Amino acid sequence: MENNWTQEVRKRKLIEKIFLGTVLSGTLIAIVPLVLVLGYVFIKGFSALDFNFFTQLPAPVGEPGGGMGNAIVGTFIIVGLSCLVGLPIGIFGGIWLALYGQGKRGFFIRYAADVLSSIPSIVIGIFAYVLLVATLKHFSALAGGFALGVIMIPTVTRTTEELVKMVPRTLYEAGLALGIPEWKVILKIVFRTAWAGIFTGIMLSVARIMGETAPLLFTAFNSMYWNFRIDEPMASMTVQIYNYAISPFADWNAKAWAGSLTLVMIVLGITIVVRKFSRRVSYG
Amino acid sequence: MDRVIEKVKKEEKMVIERSKMSVENLSAWFGDKQALFNINIELFENKVTAIIGPSGCGKSTFIRNLNRLHETISGAKVSGKVYLDGRDIFDHNCCDVVTLRRRVGMVFQKPTPFPTMTIYENVAAGIKLYGKKPKGKLDQIVEQILKQAALWDEVKDVLYKPGPSLSGGQQQRLCIARALAIEPEVILLDEPCSALDPISTAKIEELIHKLKQNYTIIIVTHNMQQAARVADYTAFFLLGEMIEFEVTSKIFTAPQDKRTEDYVTGRFG
Repeated sequence: MENNWTQEVRKRKLIEKIFLGTVLSGTLIAIVPLVLVLGYVFIKGFSALDFNFFTQLPAPVGEPGGGMGNAIVGTFIIVGLSCLVGLPIGIFGGIWLALYGQGKRGFFIRYAADVLSSIPSIVIGIFAYVLLVATLKHFSALAGGFALGVIMIPTVTRTTEELVKMVPRTLYEAGLALGIPEWKVILKIVFRTAWAGIFTGIMLSVARIMGETAPLLFTAFNSMYWNFRIDEPMASMTVQIYNYAISPFADWNAKAWAGSLTLVMIVLGITIVVRKFSRRVSYG
Repeated sequence: MDRVIEKVKKEEKMVIERSKMSVENLSAWFGDKQALFNINIELFENKVTAIIGPSGCGKSTFIRNLNRLHETISGAKVSGKVYLDGRDIFDHNCCDVVTLRRRVGMVFQKPTPFPTMTIYENVAAGIKLYGKKPKGKLDQIVEQILKQAALWDEVKDVLYKPGPSLSGGQQQRLCIARALAIEPEVILLDEPCSALDPISTAKIEELIHKLKQNYTIIIVTHNMQQAARVADYTAFFLLGEMIEFEVTSKIFTAPQDKRTEDYVTGRFG
């Protein structure tokens, strides 16, 4: 009896150890690629980074020095443009879905958003090309921003919808009961309560589109010069990295690594700041 | 519109009471399910009227019709008339819903301070978001309202902390203050104490006593002792119908209807 009991315990402890080991190794295997990618990008990229990299224009082949200043600025301008397209549509659409989207129309729009989010980004790039590049006869930052904005729409819509839905209906009713007009109740009370969470969702979606290359290849195209005009081709980090990486010149390849490191750091920075920010937020 | 609003109370002493709100044949539905059946009642000015009855009897649905909150639920319907100072609140020609809700304020069962706003902003919410410039300085109004709601001494040092940081009882008085800030004439209280401890409950009941000098108060309550303590009139609801409406003391000591008697003596419900 006594012997049986200790055997049973030993068996249970063994099973526990096996399971713990499996789960732990699974986690480690998942982390390994992340560490390798970050580490490799860091090692390869850091040596090519200097202050000039952030401030100067790309240098011609064979000439040492130069940087990606225009591409860094370009990425921010293009992402800013895409926010102008994606945020209003996404936020207002999400609010509508959460508050009035119970019927057939709501179902259809929700379905459309889900389909849109699964369309490959390069296809959306072609769409922007046909709509804004082929018709205007030249590449432009605007077309690039539009393409990325369309990619943002479904994520922002669904995030906004979910978070607005999480706001208790009692708050909506409490606002109405104070004799506040409905649109103000929705914007100043319901939306404001959900805003912290929505902001997190928006920033994560911004971080995602920052890394998009394909839709920019034939919309914003690229540029070797400083350009602040949105109706002209504009450089972006991702396209510049792509061009440098496939080039046969060692110097350019090194620059591609430096660009990758910069991009990864910016995206990582956004994610970390958002995590910090969202932890402070709580629902009442 | 020329309705006679002076009503004679059916009591020995023939006291004249002014009817603030009067309800005629009010019925309400959630989709196909009827929740209220032909309610007729007078709500007298500067009096407290309690609505009692078992769960699901339509008490809350009834008062949610008095500020037309019932209609905001999808599929909800309503028929009948509700007069506020002799004007039908459902008549789109004379009354719009936003104005109605500023005259008929409401406090809910669970405290609902706006979580993103400070205590100060919560009190000012109704004034600020309405869009009209307030008479006088906002700081003074907020202070005066919080004093009226017997909350000033407890919150004067934490005015700029978030509303939900207060205790449950304080949050509920904050919600009463928020409702008072829009200067309503009628205040609807939907089981305001059911989530509170006895001390907070006592504070709110005391507050109701003070407030009735200036406001017409309608309170829904589960708690018959509470109705007996605070109300001048009491209406008993059962299964969506109003069974009896009388002076509170009569409802509890000499109910006319057998069902009322069963309920107030605790035989069911």
